[in-house]
Amino acid sequence: MANQKTIAETGNVLVAQAMRQCKPDVMAAYPITPQTTIVEEFAKYVAQGRCHTEYVTVESEHSAMSACVGASAAGARVMTATCSQGLALMWEELYIAAGMRLPIVMANANRALSAPINIHCDHSDAMGARDAGWIMLFAETAQEAYDNTIMSVRIAEHSDVLLPVMTCLDGFITTHSVDRADIFDDDTVAEFVGEYVPAYALLDTDNPSSHGNFSGLGGPYFEFKKQQRLAIDASMAVIKSVGAEFSELSGRPFDVVEGWGMEDAEVVIVVIGSSAGNVRHVARGLRAQGIKAGVLKIRVFRPFPAAEVAAALVGVKAIAVMDRSESFGAEGGPLYLEVRSALYDSSERLPVVDYIYGLGGSDVRLELIERVYSDLADIASGSMAPFGMTYLGTR
Amino acid sequence: MASLKDLTHNPDRLAGGHRLCSGCGASIAVRQILLAAGETPLVAGCATGCLEVSTSIYPYSSWRVPFIHNAFENSAATISGVEAAFKGMQRAGKIPADKKVKFVAFGGDGGTYDIGLQSLSGAMERGHDMVYVCYDNGAYMNTGIQRSSATPLGAWATTSEVGKAQQGKIQRRKDLTSIIADHNIPYVAQASVSHWRDLTTKAEKAFAVDGPAFLNVLAPCPRGWRTLPNKSIEHAKSAVQTGFWPLFEVEDGVWRQTVKVPTRKPIEEFIRPQGRFKHLFAPGNEALLESIQVEIDRYWDYIMDRCATK
Ligand SMILES: Cc1ncc(C[n+]2csc(CCOP(=O)(O)OP(=O)(O)O)c2C)c(N)n1
Ligand code: SF4
Ligand SMILES: [Mg+2]
Repeated sequence: MANQKTIAETGNVLVAQAMRQCKPDVMAAYPITPQTTIVEEFAKYVAQGRCHTEYVTVESEHSAMSACVGASAAGARVMTATCSQGLALMWEELYIAAGMRLPIVMANANRALSAPINIHCDHSDAMGARDAGWIMLFAETAQEAYDNTIMSVRIAEHSDVLLPVMTCLDGFITTHSVDRADIFDDDTVAEFVGEYVPAYALLDTDNPSSHGNFSGLGGPYFEFKKQQRLAIDASMAVIKSVGAEFSELSGRPFDVVEGWGMEDAEVVIVVIGSSAGNVRHVARGLRAQGIKAGVLKIRVFRPFPAAEVAAALVGVKAIAVMDRSESFGAEGGPLYLEVRSALYDSSERLPVVDYIYGLGGSDVRLELIERVYSDLADIASGSMAPFGMTYLGTR
Repeated sequence: MASLKDLTHNPDRLAGGHRLCSGCGASIAVRQILLAAGETPLVAGCATGCLEVSTSIYPYSSWRVPFIHNAFENSAATISGVEAAFKGMQRAGKIPADKKVKFVAFGGDGGTYDIGLQSLSGAMERGHDMVYVCYDNGAYMNTGIQRSSATPLGAWATTSEVGKAQQGKIQRRKDLTSIIADHNIPYVAQASVSHWRDLTTKAEKAFAVDGPAFLNVLAPCPRGWRTLPNKSIEHAKSAVQTGFWPLFEVEDGVWRQTVKVPTRKPIEEFIRPQGRFKHLFAPGNEALLESIQVEIDRYWDYIMDRCATK
């Protein structure tokens, strides 16, 4: 285990610190609440001469990701941060970054999407980008946001992967709250992430290569997409091995799904992000009352750990998925669809219900979570029929 | 300034065999500009459009230099990123401190005047050491000749149609060169493929400045202009002689007409031979034709006024 220093900082400052420690050559970013303090903090490091990074203060998020694509294809280690409307404005470029196989690392400070305009947390922004070809990690705490950022660099740049990584942390809840975290010194991080050695770089001017070529005239577009699928599938093993190595260095556990009380749980909530802590808190209370409550936190959403989710839920009696985003017109939220699909091949047919909660920063009060567990107890006992999807806590 | 002989010794960095139409002004512009860059290592970018789709069909590439296509509206932002990577990596010692690389971003008029204007403006304002080249053929040619804000007043395009109620494009052209000049960047110029010496000199100057430079190059399109492939250069020349396309540069804020036009010809000489203006010569359109001359005169006077030594 490496030496670490315990500090109290906001999630955003920790993400900015982690980014600086990973020594990016280029940062291209545009401010948006609640990501802003990441780019402000990073601007301070630049002004203080604490990094060699070329900081491109672009005029929009579309240009932020466009510049990241150019810089990454040039052979640089590249980072950015955004959320919400900014991520939505990048949409076109998200697909291009993944399709061009560029290992860009981006922090996303999960925030609701307009309309109506709202600056608070939900996962609609990130979930809207879930099919763009990015690896997606979610943090529960500021510590995890720091850790995920550092791991992302290794995952993205791994030769079996070469895909961009989005590290998501909950807007305001994680980005702006001061939290306790253990951080490494700069050398430890530099050694862990190593140097990026690109296979084909624009700036290798002696060996010219063309990037972003046209593949629309019966060209191998389809085959390129298959390569992308193989790469993101292969990333699961890379994420696990990088995570294990990181665990050893940090002394903190890492898994693609992290269970609490899952050994003998009968009623389980599947959740992503900062709410996992609240859910665990409620589950702990229920355990004291003899209710076999469990929590399954998803830390990696893309690639989706379907096998791990299915294995963790064996023997459970009733499952609730908590979705902090909508998939309007679908059977439920994005996480619900994934979890239900993951369970399809199980020998048992488990009841799974979905709660859409916390949209636009709507409060996730403990009694709401208690209600979910109590519904689950009723479903498990057969006194309540599974109902599909419902909204939790709307007025 | 390189002589024609000097230029012929420079490497031709856009290979033949690309799939642009014969007589296309885009490749003529690219070749002249890259010749002017000499032998210094160079990275080129290109926006989606005719030039891009015709020169980068996988697994081939016509570009003998490192090349990147990203999307339609972000050639400037993409090359900003490449240039930033160069600076960052050089600062980190990953690239030798004495290595020099030039950066050039190409875009059509659609990708520059319209959808990419914000990206271009941002890149120019930030001061990247790059040359942005707009090859202006006056419409979205790649998608089938739709109007752009560079399409001339009165011109037919597939989204500025000709019929009982409308006679081609209703609006006048956007004066992009002046807009970029007003960004107060080190070098801005308007050029034409018909005036190779003027164009290559401007390209040399653009590459030489430390900071952003912008070239707006008239690049005829036989398909969209409804002209013959072997007449492209003549049409471009006529654009200069009629004042449709004045040749000028803005060097550190100083405006200068680079090719004098002793007796400016009537605009009709430029538009009559082009099929995209055919309807203007139908009976009943005399007033419209006249208004086009008025618009050309206004634009000419404006540019000459700015070029006048004060
Ligand atoms: C965001 C986006 N909108 C629309 C298009 C479709 N499109 C591709 S090229 C093009 C027109 C290009 O026109 P221009 O920039 O003038 O280049 P030209 O083809 O004339 O050389 C359009 C509309 C696109 N690729 N991307
Ligand atoms: S359509 Fe016009 S711009 Fe496109 S390749 Fe042909 S001549 Fe060139
Ligand atoms: Mg065009």
